[in-house]
Amino acid sequence: MADVETTSPANNASQVNTKAPSPLLKVEALKTHFPVRKEFSSRSTSFVYAVDGVSFSIQKGETLGLVGESGCGKSTVGKTILRLVEPTAGRVRFEGTDITALSRREMRPFRQMMQIIFQDPYSSLNPRMSVGNIVGQPLIIHKIASGQELEHRVGALFERVGLRAEQMRSYPHEFSGGQRQRIGIARALALNTKLIIGDEPVSALDVSIQAQVINLLMDLQEERDLSYLFISHDLAVVEHISHRVAVMYLGKLVELADKREIYINPLHPYTEALLSAVPTPDPTVRGKKRILLEGDVPSPINPPSGCRFHTRCPLAESQCRIEEPVWREATPGHWVACHLR
Amino acid sequence: MSDAQSAHNDFSRPKTRSLVSPLNRRRLANFRSNKRGFWSLWIFLFLFVISLFAEFIANDKPLLVQFRGDVYMPIFESYPETVFGGDFETETEYRDLYVQELIEANGWIVWPLIPYSYDTINYDLPVPAPAPPSSENWLGTDDQARDVVARLLYGFRLSVLFGLILAIVSSILGVIAGAVQGYAGGVTDLIFQRFIEVWSGLPTLFLLIILASIVEPSFILLLGLMLLFSWTALVGVVRAEFLRARNFDYVRAARALGVSNISIMYRHLLPNAMVATLTFLPFILNGSVTTLTALDFLGFGLPPGSPSLGELLSQGKANLQAPWLGFSGFAVLAVMLSLLIFIGEAVRDAFDPRKTLQ
Repeated sequence: MADVETTSPANNASQVNTKAPSPLLKVEALKTHFPVRKEFSSRSTSFVYAVDGVSFSIQKGETLGLVGESGCGKSTVGKTILRLVEPTAGRVRFEGTDITALSRREMRPFRQMMQIIFQDPYSSLNPRMSVGNIVGQPLIIHKIASGQELEHRVGALFERVGLRAEQMRSYPHEFSGGQRQRIGIARALALNTKLIIGDEPVSALDVSIQAQVINLLMDLQEERDLSYLFISHDLAVVEHISHRVAVMYLGKLVELADKREIYINPLHPYTEALLSAVPTPDPTVRGKKRILLEGDVPSPINPPSGCRFHTRCPLAESQCRIEEPVWREATPGHWVACHLR
Repeated sequence: MSDAQSAHNDFSRPKTRSLVSPLNRRRLANFRSNKRGFWSLWIFLFLFVISLFAEFIANDKPLLVQFRGDVYMPIFESYPETVFGGDFETETEYRDLYVQELIEANGWIVWPLIPYSYDTINYDLPVPAPAPPSSENWLGTDDQARDVVARLLYGFRLSVLFGLILAIVSSILGVIAGAVQGYAGGVTDLIFQRFIEVWSGLPTLFLLIILASIVEPSFILLLGLMLLFSWTALVGVVRAEFLRARNFDYVRAARALGVSNISIMYRHLLPNAMVATLTFLPFILNGSVTTLTALDFLGFGLPPGSPSLGELLSQGKANLQAPWLGFSGFAVLAVMLSLLIFIGEAVRDAFDPRKTLQ
């Protein structure tokens, strides 16, 4: 980490959180807006407010689950943290350093520590490269290993994620979806990774394979003290893997709390509605009350005023339409943005 | 690029399997199964290799001369006439009957199959040029008494080489331009695209004619002039491929790993664009040959005296009483272009994902 400190020594001193333990990743008021032009002639561009002021932090060895329905900006948060998409405003601090301001070159050491696993195991591997080459690529790019040692390390990675080392000469099309996702995980682990962003890493897999991959991720976390930002819309999976859970709606966080807290005592009506939609595999509790939300998610190009959820909220009051709720800590460690709770 | 090259370590070459990836093996099999294209390729290669050795087949110098116990190879070295007992210090005129008698008095001569080069003038024609086909000149002579077979052989070679160089160089330029455009996207793409639209809207042939009348065209200069307009051929396809592929997850993953832009373009995106490039190559080659022939036909092409198919065609047009000129020129062009089209079709079908992925 020596090179990180030299990049911005002045910033660092003021940024390091004095409270122990300082988080590995701290996202502060992150905004990512995409410009869209309405017509060919019109000059006024409007924006898709994909991420509109999101703040959270992830500790070392912690998994933060990020849930929300499709199109709410979950994946954009992940991509913005890695700077695959440039943020419009806000900061992303990794071990205290603001990485949003770094140049490509300065970003390189951080690239070794933050990785991503994609949803679709078919498109995330280059079909023209052997899988050994795919997993070995990060080591070559960052000049960490070569020749015999490279082959050795890639072989070890393969065995760690449950593949055979001999398979490294095969091509992606020779593997099943679950195996491909393991290859994606091996690629993400090749460097001295500290944070992995899982962009719905198991939602394209069969349920039985999902469990295997999640258990692999959890084992690896224990072994290497990894942190995960686990993006998903599957609440059951998130409950299993996460330590804390953040709920996102239309570009904003609506609730963030400890896993147990959020599943037992959800404060935000949206979280309640989401949780009530989780199917229970127990026939005796079939009569459970379900909260059905009406209508669609409003357009992120023109989000509703006040609380963004008021158009679908069963409890909405007049205040919700006008005033935007503040992001506050309702009980210690339990954050929520709602006027009513 | 160092990243990109070093990254090709031995993983890319399976040790336990053959060198060719399964996909390419299937493409090769597809290509082979297209009998017309496959045989066209062999015939074309045969003709091209033959024409590469044109000097040994059609030449006005002997292959071998044996004179007073010494062996001479006039194709590789020039000998003054005095070597063979003649009067002049200049290079030997082997076609001169006097010289031939001098040599054969003390040795022997091995002539190539066709004892004429493309610029050899046959002074011993029994009829005024253009002379009709005879046992001496198999396809007759053109209006300057030069052997048509020799000119066709050299002309074929020149056309194919010209087309090949032009196609390869313009493909390289086109791929680079398309790659940069597609990968950068946004404003770069917009400006570049408008420029190419304007550029490809220029009337190429007229501009070439104007430029060729200002400067005396040589082989290289003509190549450069035609390159000015032919490099845009591939830009569109390559740009589209790059635009499509740059948002693939594996490209995102590479960017998250900190792979440099050049390396991403070279390793992850270029292979996608190579299919389009290879498929287009025979057709670009065809177009280049046709353009060169058209310019030669109009008299704005290669310098006078060069063996050129277009020039032969224009002679055929000027001498309708000598149909062997037009017919032979037409036949060679038609065969060459058809072979190239057949090869191109076979390559295109072999790379067609709907066929390879069955």
